[in-house]
Amino acid sequence: MSESLIEESILSRPTYGTLAIAPGLAHYFVADASGAECVIRAAEAAPGDFMEKVHILYVPTPGENALITALYALGAKRFEHFPTIDDAVARLGDWLSDARMGSQLYLAGTETLIGKAVAVAEECGLDHSAVQCEHRGSLARRVQCVHCKTMIEKVTTQPVKCPSCDLLLLVRDHYSRRLAAFQGVCINAEDPTEDVEIREMFK
Amino acid sequence: MSASDHLIPVVVSKVVEVNSIIKRFEFKHIDGNELPAFSGGAHIVVEMLDGPTKRKNAYSLMSSPFDRGQYAISVRRDDDGRGGSKFMHEKVEAGMKMKISAPVNLFALDLRAKKHLMIAGGIGITPFIAQMTQATELGVPFELHYAARSASQAAYMDSLQDRFGDNVRCYCDDAGGGPDLVGLLSDQPLGTHVYVCGPRGMIEAVVQTATDLGWPAAHIHFEHFLSPPVGQAFSVHLAKAGIDITVGPEQSLLEAIEASGTPVNCLCRGGACGQCETKVVSCEGDIAHNDHWLDDEQRASKQFIMPCVSRFRGERLELDL
Repeated sequence: MSESLIEESILSRPTYGTLAIAPGLAHYFVADASGAECVIRAAEAAPGDFMEKVHILYVPTPGENALITALYALGAKRFEHFPTIDDAVARLGDWLSDARMGSQLYLAGTETLIGKAVAVAEECGLDHSAVQCEHRGSLARRVQCVHCKTMIEKVTTQPVKCPSCDLLLLVRDHYSRRLAAFQGVCINAEDPTEDVEIREMFK
Repeated sequence: MSASDHLIPVVVSKVVEVNSIIKRFEFKHIDGNELPAFSGGAHIVVEMLDGPTKRKNAYSLMSSPFDRGQYAISVRRDDDGRGGSKFMHEKVEAGMKMKISAPVNLFALDLRAKKHLMIAGGIGITPFIAQMTQATELGVPFELHYAARSASQAAYMDSLQDRFGDNVRCYCDDAGGGPDLVGLLSDQPLGTHVYVCGPRGMIEAVVQTATDLGWPAAHIHFEHFLSPPVGQAFSVHLAKAGIDITVGPEQSLLEAIEASGTPVNCLCRGGACGQCETKVVSCEGDIAHNDHWLDDEQRASKQFIMPCVSRFRGERLELDL
């Protein structure tokens, strides 16, 4: 599993750090398989009574069990795993709606997981400064077609064809925190017959 | 340019003795016009003409933000101060004409909050009275914890409980002391913002406790106006104006600069807002930094001063004004 390889770009393009335990009364972790190691590393570096205040949500790769076992063994107050990011993030929303001030949120894994969890946390009233993110795994992007508003998941190419309106979209670094998506804008609007080579960009 | 350059002519419509140390003053526009709109937490600067002395002190508005017919402030008498509050208590009476600045809010409610938690100490209650009126209108949950030395000095305690019911909890030092801050700040729903106004020790305790418990800084709000402290007279050279001025013992540096006719930015006049930050050209001596604005590094550098509350002692101070 590689460390984050995000290149510096415009201010809108999120960059991520390294999870480090902050002072708090409750600590919520959400990770997918690529981020599990970050949760384990942060938990192992924490003080003795830390796990009593920890709640973990995990999205495993199908068929994988070793990381579930390793995360369970951390002894968190609550540990639940879900088949999809959307299910885990919905559960995070349930947990945070009962949470108190002094909660810290730690997100580790792909950008889609981070982006969706950040958006839910903000809705629940969690300040962005109480959220730490560590990017791991694929650089595939969640993209909004700005023309027909379709959300396109796991985009790896530049440009990408919108599956809904068929426009060829330039995937911008312009990111919406509310939508947890990059903006896709028609790349050949002046001349739709213009042929643009599609390359794999976000691996 | 500053808010207090464009003063509003008002008439004192009412003076009420709230208790032995606090008086409430109500102002109406001299022509009966509507006063400027404001939001809970805003303050005005009141100009006081006391013989040859001109003072300008900031006071929080406590009247309803939905009533533009009048403003109300409460003033706690401070016999050891520079005389502003004493002037208000002894000289100001109903029918008197005065001038006030337009309201400025450095202590506004964060409207994204899911709940407002307000903590007041003593006369620090005033901005919360306007804020609670606003929060009630907005339908956002709020809770006020109000601590005072004694029931007899706790301005408005009874009336606030009548108006806002269980949203108001009161504490008196002579009857058990203040709120349990750790307990209070450990049990607030996510999305709560905390606001504190009162003595310095109370503000520091709330900010420190909340920070230690993991509250984000953006959810912690405080306001602490300082009165410019009295001190020994000193001289200052204003480099751009090319003049020397003298700051009297009961005058602030800001007031002395204004009296010389030299332009200077300012807003709160109490060391909180940062508007009057001024560059020091040269300093042979010690600056008494009394503000809440500059950080330790800036203070130690002797390259900045906040003229509204800070003073100087030494050979020579030259400012970039």
